[in-house]
Amino acid sequence: MQPLVEATDLTKRFGDFTAVDSIGFSVASGEVFGFLGPNGAGKSSTMRMIGAVSPVTSGRLRVFGLDPATDGRRIRSRLGVVPQDDSLDMELSVEENLYIYGRYYDLPRREIRARIEELIDFAQLGERRTSRVDPLSGGMKRRLTIARGLINRPDLLLLDEPTTGLDPQARHVLWDRLYRLKQDGVTQIITTHYMDEAEQLCDRLVIMDRGRIVAGGSPRSLIETHSTREVLEVRFPVGELEAAGPTLQKTADRVELLADRALLYTSDADSALGEVHRLGLRPESALVRRSTLEDVFLKLTGRTLVD
Amino acid sequence: MQVPGVLRVVEADAIAYRRVWKGSAFSSFVTPALFLVAMGLGLGSLVDRGAGAPGFEGLSYVSFLAPGLLVASAMQSGAAQGSFPVIAGMKWTRTYHSVVASPVGTGGLLGGHFIWSGLRVLMVSVIFGAVAAALGAISPVAVLALAPIGILIGLATVAPMTAFTANRDNTEALTAVFRFGITPMYLFSGAFFPITQLPDWLQAVATLTPLWHAVELARRVALGYDSALPAWQHVGYLVLLIVVGAAMAYRLFARRLNV
Repeated sequence: MQPLVEATDLTKRFGDFTAVDSIGFSVASGEVFGFLGPNGAGKSSTMRMIGAVSPVTSGRLRVFGLDPATDGRRIRSRLGVVPQDDSLDMELSVEENLYIYGRYYDLPRREIRARIEELIDFAQLGERRTSRVDPLSGGMKRRLTIARGLINRPDLLLLDEPTTGLDPQARHVLWDRLYRLKQDGVTQIITTHYMDEAEQLCDRLVIMDRGRIVAGGSPRSLIETHSTREVLEVRFPVGELEAAGPTLQKTADRVELLADRALLYTSDADSALGEVHRLGLRPESALVRRSTLEDVFLKLTGRTLVD
Repeated sequence: MQVPGVLRVVEADAIAYRRVWKGSAFSSFVTPALFLVAMGLGLGSLVDRGAGAPGFEGLSYVSFLAPGLLVASAMQSGAAQGSFPVIAGMKWTRTYHSVVASPVGTGGLLGGHFIWSGLRVLMVSVIFGAVAAALGAISPVAVLALAPIGILIGLATVAPMTAFTANRDNTEALTAVFRFGITPMYLFSGAFFPITQLPDWLQAVATLTPLWHAVELARRVALGYDSALPAWQHVGYLVLLIVVGAAMAYRLFARRLNV
């Protein structure tokens, strides 16, 4: 089957600055595809090119098999877009925001009315349907923005940093909504700089850094390929971490020294901890955990995702 | 740009306007009423004891004032339409960005903005005209002739103003334009008194303002006086401002929204 989105050597430049540097990827129907990377990695620029609002500098991009440069309007009519800043009309009600957006997609009024019922239900905004948007909480606004992006029953939903700025509880509510969409077969492309979000939601993802794709695959395969099964995190009193560094190197396959702690990559973290103690080191605290995408990112770029 | 997209934007503006229409219509009615009564009838009673301006002998001041003030109000309304709603859509609520992400696109967004602004200016002009006619300052037929001139000057202000606002990030520059551009134009473009009363250099400046051309046209159609230039030249100047302003606005919108 033809991929919904296909990019080869896709590049975006702003003057001398290269925001997206010759990347290639494809997104299949029904999957949730992620762009994981820190701020400024080129994720949003890529999304805007897919969304046919930002012209491609060079390379090839096809969305639904169409070229955004010539078929922007047709592409946009089949997309749902959830921007990072909700860009809702604050003076209008929840319903009115949905209604106006439905009209932008040229939907008949009666059809929009029916969809508003479904979407308000989906966004769990039933009690607030006639209230103005302005006083709604961040989580409610974001759910409304997602509902708005679904008004045209899109073939592909673009979500740019869907949970940035939300509190943990609101994030989980949102993840639940996005998971439902996935179960309903809605193809989604998500950008995020949260590795837990990428792990939770994405079937497949690419890790971006400085405009380039540094790795790609399912969350599990990325972790298996680029990291060890387990990680031992050890903290030392201020100033002692550097002194402990050379000794720690002997206890694991790979060791990352961060500002405040050391990460020891190993298949067996418990025995690594035993080794740390045997070598006479006394960490302030020790934590055994499984590898995450954060570790993959650190391995591939030498930097942390959120700094 | 596609016709449905433009109309959808107009529809969205109309829905948003429903929330404020009472206050807006009321002030469109009260402002001209106050001005025409205070300036036209009050101050006018003093003016009418004088000889009258050259070419306007025997005309009551309120009748002289009303057509010019109508187009001046349309100009003000156009300036307002081209400024705060634009910076709000670009920067404050960022709704412009979500319109551009829909099939409507940048052309539809801008086209809808101009059509909606034209409708608002038409509303202001008609309400003003109705008040002026009710006070006996102009004939009811003149209101119909003045409405298109109101739209013309309104759009000749909206288009350049929209272009000016398109890449602003705050209201400082907008405030300056109102203070040093719109208000002086309102006062010195011949709506309140003929520009022949101004020093020569200021007359030259006044003839460059869009409002002066609209005032000349307004008096021509409402009072039957000869305009300073042939009507087509006044109209042409305003159309030129609309076309150039709209083209610049489109470029700047695309530069900001389609990056």
